[in-house]
Amino acid sequence: MIGAGEFWSLTLALGLGTFLIRFSFLGLLGGRQLPDWLLLHLKYVGVAVFPALIVPAVLWPAATGGETEAPRVIAALLAVAVGLRFGPVGAITAGLATLYAAQALL
Amino acid sequence: MPPPRHPFRAGFRDCLPFVLIVIPFSTLFGVVARDAGLDLLQVMAMSVIVIAGASQFTALALLQDGAPVFVALLAALAVNLRMAMYSAALVPHLGAAPLGARALAAYLMVDQSFAVAVRRYEDSPDMTLSQKLRYYFGCMAVVCPIWYGCTLAGALMGQAIPASLSLDFAVPVCFIALLAPLLRSLPHLLAALVSSIVTIGFAWLPWNLGLPIAAITAMIAGAQAELFLCRRAARRAECTA
Repeated sequence: MIGAGEFWSLTLALGLGTFLIRFSFLGLLGGRQLPDWLLLHLKYVGVAVFPALIVPAVLWPAATGGETEAPRVIAALLAVAVGLRFGPVGAITAGLATLYAAQALL
Repeated sequence: MPPPRHPFRAGFRDCLPFVLIVIPFSTLFGVVARDAGLDLLQVMAMSVIVIAGASQFTALALLQDGAPVFVALLAALAVNLRMAMYSAALVPHLGAAPLGARALAAYLMVDQSFAVAVRRYEDSPDMTLSQKLRYYFGCMAVVCPIWYGCTLAGALMGQAIPASLSLDFAVPVCFIALLAPLLRSLPHLLAALVSSIVTIGFAWLPWNLGLPIAAITAMIAGAQAELFLCRRAARRAECTA
């Protein structure tokens, strides 16, 4: 059971902190031009961050208590392959369909 | 690609596929939060105030484990640190907008709107600031109401969803769906590969610290690969990057 005081202090602090993170550069820098070396690196933010979120969630999911399960790994790999060719909808469909199929078969 | 004639509608349309993911993700949060003992007001307040699913799950799981508030807070904020990089990546596109618009864009900044919008801005470099803003808010007009609505639906449904559906897998699948369309050059592929390897290598670090390390290493790898390919091409022709 989570106490009301704990919950509200956490939620308000997390909301404020998250907003400040999101507002950080966009809010402070405004229309100022960023240096070229930084722009070059910023092109890779998406491809650098998403794998770091995907890999642990696929290999060590909380739902299995951190155990690696073959259906999840297979489904994730297939979702990447299909997504490369057919875009986001392909990735989502392939990922979930493969997981259910593999869970039923393995 | 030319700028879209109706940027708001174009953003709405381009983000529509992610409905498939946002629905289970937000519903799942509602279910899990009620299960953890939060009341309806608390569940909704968290989704509206924070509006960042991964960190909400993190904070909730840690509080439930009996972790002190500041530990749960730090872990959840660490999960959200990636958005500082999104914020920086949006500056070249939205930085000249009025303060109010930038504040609203910041509040609404989620993985989906960031990935979809930046991809479109790069595909259509002729878009004006106003078109870019309308496109961005078009994306969020899909994600945001569904996020609130399905959190509520999940909180009301409670335990009606069986665990055998493995809805938690919707989270990594969502990130794969965001990642795949971005992998369109050798440096992008290399950066993703480096990020995956470094994440596994630093998985032992507490508080998600492996994430910023992996992300920064991968950004450097991608940028260096691009410069390398560029220099090699420059020996034959003019470098365009």
